Amino acid sequence: MRKFSVETGVVLPLDRANVDTDFIIPKQFLKSIKRSGFGVNLFDEHRYMDRGEPDSDNSQRPLNKSFVLNQARYQDARVLLARENFGCGSSREHAPWALDDYGFRAIIAPSYADIFFNNCFKNGLLPIVINKEIVSRLFEEVVATEGYQLSIDLAQQTITTPSGEAIPFTVDDFRKNCLLKGLDDIGITLQDADLIKGFEQQWRDQSPWYFGAE
Amino acid sequence: MTGKTLYDKIWDSHLVTQRADGTSLIYIDRHLIHEVTSPQAFAGLREAGRNLWRADANFATPDHNIPTTTEERLQGLEGIKDPVSKIQVKTLDDNCREFGIFELEMNDPRQGIVHVIGPEQGATLPGMTIVCGDSHTATHGALGALAHGIGTSEVEHVLATQCLMQKKMKNMLVQVDGELQPGITAKDIVLAIIGKIGTAGGTGYTVEFAGEAIRSLSIEGRMTVCNMVIEAGARAGLIAVDQTTLDYIKGRPLAPVDELWDRAEAQWRRLVSDDDARFDSVVKLDAAQIAPQVTWGTSPEMVVPVNARVPDPELEPDATRRSGMEQALEYMGLDGGKPIINIKLDCVFIGSCTNSRIEDLRAAARIVEGKSVAKNVELAIVVPGSGLVKAQAEAEGLDKIFTAAGLEWREPGCSMCLAMNADQLGEGKHCASTSNRNFEGRQGFGGRTHLVSPAMAAAAAIHGHFVDIRDLGS
Repeated sequence: MRKFSVETGVVLPLDRANVDTDFIIPKQFLKSIKRSGFGVNLFDEHRYMDRGEPDSDNSQRPLNKSFVLNQARYQDARVLLARENFGCGSSREHAPWALDDYGFRAIIAPSYADIFFNNCFKNGLLPIVINKEIVSRLFEEVVATEGYQLSIDLAQQTITTPSGEAIPFTVDDFRKNCLLKGLDDIGITLQDADLIKGFEQQWRDQSPWYFGAE
Repeated sequence: MTGKTLYDKIWDSHLVTQRADGTSLIYIDRHLIHEVTSPQAFAGLREAGRNLWRADANFATPDHNIPTTTEERLQGLEGIKDPVSKIQVKTLDDNCREFGIFELEMNDPRQGIVHVIGPEQGATLPGMTIVCGDSHTATHGALGALAHGIGTSEVEHVLATQCLMQKKMKNMLVQVDGELQPGITAKDIVLAIIGKIGTAGGTGYTVEFAGEAIRSLSIEGRMTVCNMVIEAGARAGLIAVDQTTLDYIKGRPLAPVDELWDRAEAQWRRLVSDDDARFDSVVKLDAAQIAPQVTWGTSPEMVVPVNARVPDPELEPDATRRSGMEQALEYMGLDGGKPIINIKLDCVFIGSCTNSRIEDLRAAARIVEGKSVAKNVELAIVVPGSGLVKAQAEAEGLDKIFTAAGLEWREPGCSMCLAMNADQLGEGKHCASTSNRNFEGRQGFGGRTHLVSPAMAAAAAIHGHFVDIRDLGS
């Protein structure tokens, strides 16, 4: 997994609560058996005027110029500023894959849906929870200032604004460590393989009906 | 010492190890697999040179991408016209063969939506931990199993380690006391719950459903309730084991028999929350107050009783909520204040992991029997949840009732719930749907979804607009 230490970049304000995973990446793009290439279809139904298909030539599709992602001032955004319950709906990991593939490195929102939140960490994407009032203030600052950037320091757990204000955030220690070092969950878990085998044996003895015939 | 909730009990019995920071390894008994969220996980396993931990814990079927017309299905994989979908379904078959995983392939008579066939086959048992790369895995909580959706990285993690890395959730109790009015179903209960606590109300919790109205539901009804707990933000929903649960499981192909059954039953009967268990949050509803529910917007929390009106955003004081309502109404082509029963429908979809079981089809058939679909309804389809549900419905003559009334009778799959296959709702069209999500574009680009119960969808098909099924008097 890609490491996350300090990321600085343009902030894209997506001013909408309950952004669901169908909004982030529509279902027709989930037919792919790959893990990459979803960025060009991020927010597809709002970003383009027509209906996209996996084989569409996206460079030829009409853009929805009023959608925030298409505005010149937000090109090359690296930080997504969002509202409550971001990423609700399905478990599709294609949602964080699409955000990551587009170039986002972090999300800032007052709250997230559980599965989406969890999926982000598995992909080197940092979802930061900040209280609603601060998020609202950041929205105002982003909209008021062209080229507005935030700098996110995971080790220090701070977001630094252009004026130099440092906003602290909390993050789970285990997840922080994995992101900082780019650790792979499966590798970590397999270090406990003997514990898993031991558990499995006693569980099989106690509840054999959960195990198939051998 | 305070007692334990049902969630506490299943969690404790599956705890492999807990780290100092509270991150735990939880053993997974059953891993359900479908074609959409698994290919990258199998590829990851292969790339890392890792082995599958335990083949017999896995149970696979294709459901999201497959066609539902009989003509297409009869052609097997070749019947999947979309080449990208075809590759995905074939990839599942190939992966299951390579790793020795049990799969009910597309045209197996037992194939169906993974959340319908898991319980049907006895692959879902009480007290199990169950995961699947699908948020509606919560469905299986109806049988007293701790079940929730996971992402593809976690699918790979479970394939490689048989465990999930997790922190324990909080406990919420949703108690629905009293008796439902005639015609009110499990779908109305869960939509009313989502309307009350909101689409993020259950975030961070495992929700146990209890109370007289829940206890009186069949297992099919309980599955409908647990299925949609994710629409309230909770990953898992649970219902305590009782005689209804045991009666449902006994005799299922993968359920234990004889002496093992007796031992299992004794263990399963303890799968209830203790009387003195502590919940972090308690929500109560009066069943008698629940009317047939209809969603008007683009989030499942945007729901009102059928006899109400579309809410007016101008009356909403919170700015974020107000703008959400305005965006939803614009997308839905509705104005605040419009009576729900005046919403005209172009399409009716009866199916999905929420409402495609035999009881759902019976309820819908009762409403349409001897009647005809309204002229303004261009498309009305009934998609059974599994091959076995389809066979049962046909044995009861339900297919004939549907087709005589002008509804199409299809082959099992996810179909127009998420419209990954050819079953898509047209742009600007209003659909009465028994599925679980009314998000923008969910049932098709520009499609307008109204979530309802099977009986309400059937009545809407006949009348061409929503009606209060309590007024039908049958």
